[in-house]
Amino acid sequence: MNRWLAFLVRCRAMIVKEMWAVLRDPRARIILVGPPIMQLVLFASAATLEVKNVDIGLLDLDNGPASREVVQQLAGSPNIRALVRLSSYADLAHAIDRREVLCAIVLPEGLSRDVAARKPASAGAVCDGRRSNSAQIMGGYLAQIVGRAGLALRGLPADTAPSGQSVVRHMFNPNLDFLVFVLPALVATVASISSLSVAGQSVARERELGSFDQLMVAPLRLSEILIGKMTPPLVVGLVNATLYLLIITLAFGEPLRGTLLGYYIATFFFLTANIGLGMTVSALAQTQQQAFLGIFLVAVPVNLLSGFAAPVDNMPLALRIIAQADPQKHMVVLMEGLFLKAMPMSTVLANTWPLMAISAVTLTVSTLLFRSRME
Amino acid sequence: MSLPARRLRAMLVKETWQILRDPSTILIAFVLPVILILIFGYALNLDTGRTRIGISQQDGGEAAVSLAGAFRQSPWFDVVATGDVPHLKDQLVAGTIRGIVAIPQDFSRQATRGGGAIEVITDGSQPNNAAFVASYAEGVRQNWAAARSARPAAAPPLDLTLRYWFNPGSISRYFLVPGAIAIVMTMIGSLLTALVLAREWERGTMEAIMATPLGMGELLVSKVVPYYVLGLGAMVTCTVVSLVLFGVPFRGTVLALLAISSCYLFCALGQGLMISALSRSQYVASQIALLAAFLPSLLLSGFIYEISSAPVWVQWVTRIVPARYLIPSLQTVFLAGDDWGLFLPDMGMMLLFGAVFFGITLAKTKRRVA
Repeated sequence: MNRWLAFLVRCRAMIVKEMWAVLRDPRARIILVGPPIMQLVLFASAATLEVKNVDIGLLDLDNGPASREVVQQLAGSPNIRALVRLSSYADLAHAIDRREVLCAIVLPEGLSRDVAARKPASAGAVCDGRRSNSAQIMGGYLAQIVGRAGLALRGLPADTAPSGQSVVRHMFNPNLDFLVFVLPALVATVASISSLSVAGQSVARERELGSFDQLMVAPLRLSEILIGKMTPPLVVGLVNATLYLLIITLAFGEPLRGTLLGYYIATFFFLTANIGLGMTVSALAQTQQQAFLGIFLVAVPVNLLSGFAAPVDNMPLALRIIAQADPQKHMVVLMEGLFLKAMPMSTVLANTWPLMAISAVTLTVSTLLFRSRME
Repeated sequence: MSLPARRLRAMLVKETWQILRDPSTILIAFVLPVILILIFGYALNLDTGRTRIGISQQDGGEAAVSLAGAFRQSPWFDVVATGDVPHLKDQLVAGTIRGIVAIPQDFSRQATRGGGAIEVITDGSQPNNAAFVASYAEGVRQNWAAARSARPAAAPPLDLTLRYWFNPGSISRYFLVPGAIAIVMTMIGSLLTALVLAREWERGTMEAIMATPLGMGELLVSKVVPYYVLGLGAMVTCTVVSLVLFGVPFRGTVLALLAISSCYLFCALGQGLMISALSRSQYVASQIALLAAFLPSLLLSGFIYEISSAPVWVQWVTRIVPARYLIPSLQTVFLAGDDWGLFLPDMGMMLLFGAVFFGITLAKTKRRVA
């Protein structure tokens, strides 16, 4: 009983010391909470794969009823900001080269005549392949718009698909709003970067300042030191997670459809997995600079393999396997599930155990590394 | 050799040794670029391949069986689950499938009369993928219906022939890899420099250097030049790897690439110095560098997400992200060729930002020490 009491007292002392080390600097206090929230709001607004407000070039060599119909349909598109009139092919090439327009439509001479004669007619479009993703999306829109214009010219209804139809329902996000997808994924991204860097700097800083040796000779067990080191990033991470939850539900109006308990279980083990990774790097680094670079070396792949920037499903098999060891990948699944899909607890736990396993491995490795450093 | 020149040379030698002694710096300059390019080339694939779906076939008729077969043979879908819709919805929640195609009970009867509706349920939590599933499922159904119907489908009255200049195959790797180069240069220019100078402040060696006859300008130059060389080295590593491994075309000139990269590095180095001069603590500098330099250059530079699609206030914020001026030029020099009319305004902006950053650094350093 006494031993347990002593353990708790020492842990408490260590935790108080570590919390002070992180919170002492007023700039550091601001940095721990301010930027993560700014990022959530800023990146949520910026990160969209939709293509809106783009300028489209138009080289109209037809000047007939067909071109007027196409122009009218283009003007009605919510994705197009302005239609830039081009006078020649050279003009078109220049506008694309200088990135003044993303795509340019060419309506060839005699288009109206062909359409009126009921011959299959074809317009052309040139898109900027340097921005191939946006260009492809825009190209798809343009093909639809031009197709609609053709049907309107013949006086046909807009839907001439072969008999039958697909009734499409987008579950969890009926309007396919990109923000709804980005917000939960950003919780994982932002929390990952902040917890990794706080944990990564902790030991490296002490070692560089020389206070690590003091810690070694203090009457503390390794486990107590590690618990003390883990606490600040965990506390900061949980506070930030709570703020994110409030911002997403109150400011963005996106409800947490899963359970609160599930949210905190997922966040807790996600944080311990990141802290384990951070401490492993910290134990290997000799200086803060090395620790920081090491964290960066870990954070970038962790971020890019998480399925946030590009779906994990699109990756080659080898990377899909590596992604299983990426805590952020599991966290993205959990956050999407909890915010959008009302993920039941059993599925939450099924996706949380990889986080527990990653935590166990990384925390064990960092403990062993510290132990070997102590002797 | 004059005295100032010798002084500068001595400082440059010192700084260069300091970098070369630390193996982690070399790791960053040559290993990180390779890792990044590999990840960008292989992992960041925005071109959707095969999508896993479930089929709920509620009708045993000939048409339903045939349509389900069409989905199984489609190159766009992997049918990994079957069963009733509630069961498949659980899998949608778990994320093991991205869509459900339900063929309702009287589908075959309807189909023989020339109709037949199927239900497509997608996972909207991944909007891009959901839109893909919806349109390709309808495509599979239309092709199937057209193949079965006796009369061929009428050609649309007007169609659009699309061509993609510079990147005819629309390969996303081609525009992502130049983006990776931007990330690597940001990393070395801003992040590493911020940390190095903050360390000098933290340890007090900055005061020691200031006590020497060395001018502030000379000090900054000696700090910056080795990292500039390191940044260019990393850029070259990235370029070579992306050309050799991924066959990314390089249609511009090396001169243009060097000029663009140099302008960006000038700006990134200035940003790094400014962060270190303002924070004077490695911990704070590392956090600020991550938040103010790295993440914006990934998310606000137009490299993955189109800037014009963002709200207007975000578009204004991107104007102070230096990488925003780098990405278009880099993509152009790789995919299109030299276009100085496009490069020069962006290079001017980068130099301007760099000058502002250096100016703030100088002002801040003088005032604090005096």
